[in-house]
Amino acid sequence: MALLKYLIIGIYFGIVLVKGEVVSWYRIQEMFHLQSPYMYLVIGSAVVVGIITVLLVKTFALKSFGGEELNLKGKPFNKIGNTAGGVIFGFGWALAGACPGPMYALIGAGYWSILIAVFFALLGALVYGYLKPMLPH
Amino acid sequence: MLEAITGPWPWYVTGPLLGLMVPILMFAGNKHFGVSTSLQHICAATIKPKTKYFQYDWKKQAWSLVFVAGTIIGGILAVTLFGADSSPALSEGGRGLFASWGMEDPAQLQPAEIFAITGGNVVRPLLSLGLGGFLVGFGARYAGGCTSGHAIMGTSLLNPGSYVATISFLVGGFAVSNLIVPLIMSL
Repeated sequence: MALLKYLIIGIYFGIVLVKGEVVSWYRIQEMFHLQSPYMYLVIGSAVVVGIITVLLVKTFALKSFGGEELNLKGKPFNKIGNTAGGVIFGFGWALAGACPGPMYALIGAGYWSILIAVFFALLGALVYGYLKPMLPH
Repeated sequence: MLEAITGPWPWYVTGPLLGLMVPILMFAGNKHFGVSTSLQHICAATIKPKTKYFQYDWKKQAWSLVFVAGTIIGGILAVTLFGADSSPALSEGGRGLFASWGMEDPAQLQPAEIFAITGGNVVRPLLSLGLGGFLVGFGARYAGGCTSGHAIMGTSLLNPGSYVATISFLVGGFAVSNLIVPLIMSL
């Protein structure tokens, strides 16, 4: 039952992704061809909301609804991992026209071919897991 | 009034609603917004690979799997209740670009040129969704996060690695969208 709230939050996320057209291959190509500011404004304004959240949490020492001290620690800075992994991710983002969140939402939206992308994304994560000890980070 | 929900949403609605994922997950359960770790958890929970990266108690991360299950349901509701999946509100320049690639005028969120695999061209879906999906999964885990975990959550935390990752996403995306995607569409 404690997990039910994450189902509802996920539903909200999926609705916003599909309704906001963030899941659209067209929107992704339009962004990378600088044909519309839409995606930049969407991501930019999302980050502004996030930054304001973090500032408020720090300023007022806000806690979670469960009363926990909020974790504000970012992920570790891996020069090669963030850069090489990031560029590889960018290749895939442009090819598929979708990143992981939209991939899930598109299953629900009935674009069954996206299951090819989800299957291969899982395979990509699996291959990474095996290669991790050999890759520079 | 209903038109405001069923019609296309402007960026200043979509963007802030997406940004609210940060406070919602933080306050709801002290969680950081991120989607691509779910790929790792699904592998760990199903095929249980015998390598260190997947040797952990995935059940402790079950929230992430429940969350992405919700995202799938959200996709269903968006098209059934909120009138999504009409022709996207693209720019004139965007429509011109897709026409110059010989594509049909966009009528749905996704192009039939890539998503219609029955009776159509299988090379385009395999390169776009197959290779693209693989690189998304591999790259996201190598980078330690994706558009949600780095480009929205990490940047909100002013985390340096997340800014480096976000810029790298854009560099890779610009290169392939401009150099490779037009070639794939010409196949």
